[in-house]
Amino acid sequence: MSSKTDILRSSNSAVALLLVAIVVGTGAVLAAAGFDIGRAFLALLSGSLGSWYAIGSGTLVRATPLILTGLAVAIAFRAGVLNIGAEGQFLVGAAAGTAIALGVHGPAPVVIVLVLAGGSAAGAAWAAIAAVLRSRFHVLEVISTILLNFLAANLLSYLVRGPMQEPAHIYPQTLTIPIAAQLPRFGSSTRLHLGFAIAVVACVASWWLIRFTAGGFRLRAVGANPHAAQSAGLIDVERVTMRAFLWSGALAGLAGTIEVCGVTYALYENISPGYGYTAIAVALLARLDAAAVVVTGIVFGALEAGGAAMQRDAGVPSVVVSVVEAGIILALVVFQRVRFANSSSAMR
Amino acid sequence: MSSTAAAFVDATVRTATPLMLAAIGETVAERAGIINIGLEGVILTGAFGALAGATQWGLAGGFVAGAVSGTAIALLFALFVVKLRCDQIITGTAITLLAVGLTGTLYRSLYGASGAALSIATLSPSPVPVLSRIPIVGSGFFEQPAIAYALYVLVPAIWWWMYRTHAGLALRAVGESPLAAEAAGVRVNRVRIGAIAFGGVLGGLAGATLVLAQAGTFVENMSSGRGFVAIAIVVLGRWHPLGVALAALLFGASSALQFLLQAMGLALPYQLFLALPYALTLAALAGVAGRVRAPTALARVDDE
Repeated sequence: MSSKTDILRSSNSAVALLLVAIVVGTGAVLAAAGFDIGRAFLALLSGSLGSWYAIGSGTLVRATPLILTGLAVAIAFRAGVLNIGAEGQFLVGAAAGTAIALGVHGPAPVVIVLVLAGGSAAGAAWAAIAAVLRSRFHVLEVISTILLNFLAANLLSYLVRGPMQEPAHIYPQTLTIPIAAQLPRFGSSTRLHLGFAIAVVACVASWWLIRFTAGGFRLRAVGANPHAAQSAGLIDVERVTMRAFLWSGALAGLAGTIEVCGVTYALYENISPGYGYTAIAVALLARLDAAAVVVTGIVFGALEAGGAAMQRDAGVPSVVVSVVEAGIILALVVFQRVRFANSSSAMR
Repeated sequence: MSSTAAAFVDATVRTATPLMLAAIGETVAERAGIINIGLEGVILTGAFGALAGATQWGLAGGFVAGAVSGTAIALLFALFVVKLRCDQIITGTAITLLAVGLTGTLYRSLYGASGAALSIATLSPSPVPVLSRIPIVGSGFFEQPAIAYALYVLVPAIWWWMYRTHAGLALRAVGESPLAAEAAGVRVNRVRIGAIAFGGVLGGLAGATLVLAQAGTFVENMSSGRGFVAIAIVVLGRWHPLGVALAALLFGASSALQFLLQAMGLALPYQLFLALPYALTLAALAGVAGRVRAPTALARVDDE
């Protein structure tokens, strides 16, 4: 037994070394290709934390969709639902929110509430496809949600080049949404918008619901052990996982809508640089705790904002941030020993 | 009309080739109880390795480099899921993310800086005498790059190996009941690492096929979901090599439909055709998944 833990410990340090090697190796490749690593690192820092403007308009603006999609993933994983589809739910939510914003007229608060509710509903509906496929047809949600991500991307591409394209038919994007549907900003000198506050409130509210309500207890019980929850706790596992799945989809859809109403003001194809995938790292780093997602979302928001600055100022491809994110997930999966497949009844 | 039909068969086989390679490798891994969601990353790494290899050592070197780099990243996956007993789904997702980041960074730093779009001479089709003359299906199946013919040999060979040899039995035992297999003297971890590595070789070759036999260049994220589709194909093919090969052809046919419909002069949005294979895969999974049984130990880590 002790020899076994020794092996595990030594392999843990081997993994730590390996991860360091990946990061250092990537840096070495960049240096060899003629990039100025020092300048890149400085750009990363100043672009994310260097000034109040960088923090508010860079990091926190980037953090907003990551917090909401991270929360979506955390809630699903907590219930043993492996929703890898936050990306697709985000896109569908963004499309639905844009459609409502362009179609509805009225006072700003009413329009905004309608838009955000519609986008969330669309995200939930997109997740419902995978949820029904799982409960009725035993299709692994890992596979179905990923396939649905590709379907959503094609749907979006069709919409912005077809029925939702701006009237001049020049650019593959929609018209700018009316002022009434745009989320207010925290002052004229910042790009930080109301969506950040909504994301934080969503996290705190979800944390409270999971921690202190009967429904939250059922969710945790099902995620920990669906068989025990069913037989000893008399919990309707099917119903709990279905609800968690829809809740998760609604949050990801809300993230997409908020991105349109707070940042882009229009819908176009590459509106998400993979927020739904980064969300997995955000949720894992938070140990699937809804409140902690705020912090980890900001961490990854800083990484994304810094990565963009790095590409802009030092010419280093921002995709290098994916390597860092992957390294973080791999490190966490070893040290935190997160595992879900055991509790996933869809596997059987 | 017959030329349209022939083009349809040709497009079917061409789309199916990389998918079948990846899915057959994944079948072997899943029969050992390992689901490698990182297959997408393996294909992408293989594609990049093939590009790097081909620019250095030519076409054959490209295929070898693709297989080697696919195997390398698959072995990284194996380290985490077999040695460290990490969750397979999360690790696989991270492996894909890692591959996207690594290949994107390497591509832009090694080739992107020059600004010139790379293009590589592709493996040209080598028609099989006589067989390629069969009307309609002949040219589609027998006037392909040599890598497709490798599959015609590999698929039955894997089937025979899996069901008719002692080693194949050991593989399936590991996927059904690792404890019983261990008790019977099978080295469970060794079998699993071997199975993952085999999946890496074929996944890498799938990526190499995309670059060296089809696109003639590397594009970031060029695997574009094929790894995930291949995993779905394994389910559709019921974890049986022959079934998986058939499912890959079916997916290829649904992608090739666009050529047929375009030839018929239907003006439908092209996104519909791009989306069709994914939608059909989902629908097919719904029809199949409830009625098939996955290897019992698939994705489990609590079997000790």
